[in-house]
Parts: sequence; C-alpha cells; structure tokens
Amino acid sequence: MKLMKIVLSKDSMKIEREQDVVPFRGRVKEYAVKIGMSLVNQTKLITAASELVRNMLKYGNGGVVLIEVISEGRDNGIRLTFSDKGPGIADIALAMKDGYSSGKSLGIGLPGTKRLVNEFDIKSTPGQGTTVSIIKWKNG
Amino acid sequence: MDRIPILRMGKFLLVTIQIDLYDRLATNLESDLVQMVNKTEAKGVLIDISALSIVDSFMGRILGNIGSMSKIMDAETVVVGMQPAVAITLIELGLELKGVHTALNVEKGMELLKEKIASDEEPPDETDEDSTE
Ligand SMILES: Nc1ncnc2c1ncn2[C@@H]1O[C@H](COP(=O)(O)OP(=O)(O)O)[C@@H](O)[C@H]1O
Ligand SMILES: [Mg+2]
Repeated sequence: MKLMKIVLSKDSMKIEREQDVVPFRGRVKEYAVKIGMSLVNQTKLITAASELVRNMLKYGNGGVVLIEVISEGRDNGIRLTFSDKGPGIADIALAMKDGYSSGKSLGIGLPGTKRLVNEFDIKSTPGQGTTVSIIKWKNG
Repeated sequence: MDRIPILRMGKFLLVTIQIDLYDRLATNLESDLVQMVNKTEAKGVLIDISALSIVDSFMGRILGNIGSMSKIMDAETVVVGMQPAVAITLIELGLELKGVHTALNVEKGMELLKEKIASDEEPPDETDEDSTE
C-alpha cells in the first residue's frame, strides 16, 4: 500500500530581494533542526533551497516559498515549494542539464538540487511561471 | 558592515569569513581581494570558510573567480576550514572549486602557500638534495 504524505505544519515566506536569501535559509534550518534532521541532510536541504531561491530571484522576479513539515509512514521531512510568476521555462529538459545556464552562471542549480534531495518536481508554463517542489526526509 | 576585512601578512592576504554572506558582501570581497592582490603583489590568498554553514553555486563561483583571477596575477589561493557536511554537499551538487587549493585549517593552508611560493621562486638548486647535508 502506498503511504500517504501528511502535512504537519505550514509556513510561507515571500522572496523579493537578494537580502531575503539568508533569512530564508535560516528559516529552513530552524524547521530542519526542529525535526531532528542530521547535519549532512540539513546542509544538503539548505544548499538546494538556496539554489532554488536564487533561481526564483534571478529568473522568476521573486515569488513565494511554502515550507511544510510532512510525514510519510515513520519518516518526517521538509517539503519546500517555490512558486514564481516569472517567464517560465520553455525547455525543462535543457534547464535540467548540468552546465546549462541562460544567465552565464554555472548551470548546476537545478540538476544539483535534484541530486541533493529525495524528491524533486518541476512544473513550468511559459508566460505564467514556475513551481519547483522538493522533499528532504529526515533520515533519507 | 558591507566589507569583509582583508589582512595582510607579509606576502599573503588573509580573509576570515565569519558569517553566512549576503551576496553583496561576497561580490565585494571578490573585487576587493583582486584589487588587493594587484596592489600589494601578494603571492598568496588564504580564505577561511570554517564559519560558513553552506556553500552554494553562487558562493562557489565567487571562490573560483578569486582563485583564477589571483592566478593571473601570480598568486595562489587556498580555501581552508570547509566543514565536512559542506564538502559532501558540494560534491553532490556538482561544484568543483577549480583554481583554488584546499586545506584543513589555517596552519595547513599557510604551509601549503609557503611551499607553493618556494617552488615558484627558487631557481632549481645547484647542489642536489642528497649532497646538502
Ligand atoms: N524560476 C525560474 N524561472 C525561469 N527560468 C528558470 C528558473 N529557474 C531556472 N530557470 C532556467 O533554468 C536554467 C538552469 O538553472 P540552474 O541549473 O539553476 O543554472 P543557473 O542558475 O546557473 O543558470 C537557468 O539558466 C534558467 O534559464
Ligand atoms: Mg541557479
């Protein structure tokens, strides 16, 4: 039987400027510490979160991040959902390639984030925006 | 504070990053360091990142830029004190710190810089090694 994901708590944070990045990372860390996530997993989650929040600022004109504590069976975790109303991504497969960047940077944010988390989901509609959702389990 | 202090110690420049950096601070550090290397003709740059709880691709790129630009001006860069969890994460993220050396701590980093500079500066020894004692 497939386990259900249950949302234990919900919080959200608006991201509008570069100065929001550090406090946002701090907030994610608070939740990760609260559920007892290991330091390595915390570091992976916060690094992934930092990449996605930067993308949201750089390419999506900012947006909102939903921060949820979830549980599935015996494991707890953090789910982060990044939503922006920016230009969207026309070719997601291309954007997910290591080294691809339309912004002259390293192009490892999306593919690297996917490697750092347990679940990764990206949806984008050109002209409407992008939503990226990630889950890191406490013991994952 | 919108500048990270850069200390000069002989031929070396030393930077200790004490807080998780805002982007502006990080980009300022990059340009300040490059200017300082140029002005002081420093031979080595040591950056202590032991207080950084994460390094993402933005920060990684800045460290890499400092390394490659210093190299052009004939200075070596060593990054020291990276936390183990950060090192593990960087590998999975896929970030290579190209153009910078790494060392465990400040002492080891200084040793490394001194070795690099010694091997750069000293012309090949006339007396070979086994005959010097
Ligand atoms: N939120 C977003 N909105 C629009 N485009 C995006 C968004 N996030 C990522 N992209 C696109 O995906 C590409 C790859 O992103 P990433 O892997 O983080 O690399 P980088 O940030 O270095 O460009 C970006 O260059 C950009 O074209
Ligand atoms: Mg990115």
